[in-house]
Amino acid sequence: MHKNANATKGMEEMDKITLRAACSVFALAVAAPTAAYANDELIEMQSDPKNWVMQLGNYSATRYSELEEINADNVGDLQVAWTFSTGVLRGHEGGPLVIDGVMYVHTPFPNKVFALDLNDSGRIIWSYEPQQDPNVIPVMCCDTVNRGVAYGDGKIILHQADTNVVALDAETGEELWKVANGDPSKGETGTMSPLIAGDKVLVGNSGGEFGVQGHMTAYNLETGEQEWRAYSVGPDDQILLDPQETTHLGEPVGENSSVDTWEGDQWQLGGGTVWGWVSYDPELNLVYYGSGNPGTWNPSQRPGDNKWSMTIFARDLDTGMAKWVYQMTPHDEWDYDGVNENMLVDIEIDGEERKVLVHPDRNGFAYTLDRETGELLVAEKYDPAVNWATEVVMDPESEEYGRPQVVAEYSTEQNGVDVNSEGICPAALGTKDQQPSSFSPETGLFYIPTNHVCMDYEPFQVSYTAGQPYVGATLSMYPAPDSHGGMGNFIAWDAAAGEIVWSKEEPFSVWSGALATAGDIVFYGTLEGYLKAVDMESGEELYRFKTPSGIIGNVTTYEHEGKQYIAVLSGIGGWAGIGLAAGLTEGTDGLGAVGAYASLSDYTQLGGQLTVFALPGEAGGASDMDAGAEEDSDE
Amino acid sequence: MRLMSKAAVLIGGAVMLSLGAAGAQEEAEGDNWEDKPYIIEDGKVDYGVYNGFRRYHNTCHTCHGPDAMGSTFAPALVESLKDMSYADFTETVVNGRQSSGAGGSTSVMPSFGENPDVMLYIDHIYAYLKARADGEVARGRPERLDPENDPVFQEYQESQ
Ligand code: HEC
Repeated sequence: MHKNANATKGMEEMDKITLRAACSVFALAVAAPTAAYANDELIEMQSDPKNWVMQLGNYSATRYSELEEINADNVGDLQVAWTFSTGVLRGHEGGPLVIDGVMYVHTPFPNKVFALDLNDSGRIIWSYEPQQDPNVIPVMCCDTVNRGVAYGDGKIILHQADTNVVALDAETGEELWKVANGDPSKGETGTMSPLIAGDKVLVGNSGGEFGVQGHMTAYNLETGEQEWRAYSVGPDDQILLDPQETTHLGEPVGENSSVDTWEGDQWQLGGGTVWGWVSYDPELNLVYYGSGNPGTWNPSQRPGDNKWSMTIFARDLDTGMAKWVYQMTPHDEWDYDGVNENMLVDIEIDGEERKVLVHPDRNGFAYTLDRETGELLVAEKYDPAVNWATEVVMDPESEEYGRPQVVAEYSTEQNGVDVNSEGICPAALGTKDQQPSSFSPETGLFYIPTNHVCMDYEPFQVSYTAGQPYVGATLSMYPAPDSHGGMGNFIAWDAAAGEIVWSKEEPFSVWSGALATAGDIVFYGTLEGYLKAVDMESGEELYRFKTPSGIIGNVTTYEHEGKQYIAVLSGIGGWAGIGLAAGLTEGTDGLGAVGAYASLSDYTQLGGQLTVFALPGEAGGASDMDAGAEEDSDE
Repeated sequence: MRLMSKAAVLIGGAVMLSLGAAGAQEEAEGDNWEDKPYIIEDGKVDYGVYNGFRRYHNTCHTCHGPDAMGSTFAPALVESLKDMSYADFTETVVNGRQSSGAGGSTSVMPSFGENPDVMLYIDHIYAYLKARADGEVARGRPERLDPENDPVFQEYQESQ
């Protein structure tokens, strides 16, 4: 299925260094004739580097492209090719999709979608703007962000702020079906990008700060009918787990594994919302995603491990049943949601080739697990500042197996209600939030955008009212002390060894999704608004361009008429942008993150724009990629 | 009536939840609690202002910005409270407000009338915001008065 010679060459190189992106596995999966599911089409399409068919580039969530026209030697010459204003001034997360000459761009609330004609200077083919009750705005926790649309079987799937999931005809923008995934009057909202796998649309809910019960739901791509719903917390039949068959670190979870870890009915407000990224292994037919924080940030109000909040789930795509689970932060005391991306790669560990899942968690540990069994292989800090726990216990014989060893000084539970616990690293933003990482099969390294921010955290008693914030803590954040003074790093991570290979300092948190390419470069955006390209091996900066507003979107690449393009959305906002959105203009007196984020307004203002980059000159160079791709994607 | 908040007096039934802490300050400040709803000594604030800081940063700061500095979502309350009456303040917080602008940019102040985390402490939130508006409290976490010397705290304790 790789028509392009470079891709094949790339594969050989991968084998040489014994690391292989799971995409090579897909080649086998496709060869076997199966029902004509959308993912057969998508498996094929994701292997064509001309298109960018899903938010994370492919089912393995590696955000890697085989395009190499733009490379380490010439990226310094990159120029803006064209731009597009979305007309919305809010935090723009996610990124555009590119499918056969059409680009699909989404916006934050009011959640517009534009189909742009790449053959006609980005002319708008169609646009769609849903009617939504503005009362959903105040129940969105941290800006009205949206992480992007999904494509499958001729449809664009939009997940609106008000939880409606809408299927649009990709050619006309006509609404094909629409289904409500939750109830905004209870604080349930929609921010995550759906994933289309098989004949299903997978989508979760947001609202962890409103005491909602988190879930992942599968809808039929053709009809919009609900096929299964799996809660993160609650009785076994609601979570869709089998007490005997579903495992946690190799052991069956047993009966009532969730409700037994909550006091009384507290699980009903248990959170565990599902608002991050979903990945999929077609060979194992398993989908992977993480759940968010348990309800209320005041840990004293919810004794117990609060399962299965803060958990990675591996579920059967067809039935939704959990095959295995792993809880990273039992009884959260810091708001370390477990929703970050799970990258599926085949990797050599202790001399043995393993099918793994790599998950850089908000809690500051990056986890490598066997994605078939859920066995824990590596758990190491990916920012040296992380201090709330000393380590994750790796000895299967230990009572504490798989659990982080919490440091009493930084335990907001042990310090108690109405006490301000100081100097906790990372802050609630996490060492990394939803901003997706990238994996290069050439270097075998993961490229991770990170936060380098610490916090003071004071929990206090709160009461639950439907549709009202259910937070229960006051936080102040500041750059990690005794470090470089900045609030972010962009790092290269070795997931087999659990080691940082290089780390590039950034003045602000890196809140943009990374893109690694066969051109030996990695792209990411910054909160000041720069698009940057760095050398994959060394992290050395090779290019930067200042876009009109801060970047919290994810970098995308595609090829059109023989020419490679790089695209990214600008538009400061999201949680990272609250300090800026707050319009802070004056200098701050030792206020840490607020102060530091405040100076962001010296660099950038709100915006909403797509910027597309290319090398100067007419199309050329990559013409060997032209053959056949168009026919392929029509099959 | 003493232990009821001003909001309860002014708006009646809507905020019966309110306990408030106005009483102590009234003793301390005479009748103009509304104008100066706080006690600040040597830069240290009473329990009302302190708790108001916490409650503000629990519920309001995601729109009105850290330290009431405002955002593109919502006005800077550090400015609004300069000439907003206590009655208008509580009316807005209890009932909410909405207005719309160009390009689908609707602005929504939600209603907090049924939220005990706001209603129980609305006088504290008012005291904190008023102290910020008056320039009496700097940005960031304020330092508390010793509970022994804090009549607001003592009264709050008794009301629990
Ligand atoms: C979801 C966002 C949001 C939250 C949370 C929020 N507000 Fe507001 N608030 C607004 C908006 C938007 C306005 C402006 C409404 C308008 O257009 O008139 C506003 C207006 C106000 C005003 C009137 C200001 C003026 O200058 O007229 C006050 C007072 C106020 N809010 C207090 C609060 C308090 C106290 C809290 C916390 C208990 C709070 N708000 C929480 C969005 C919010």
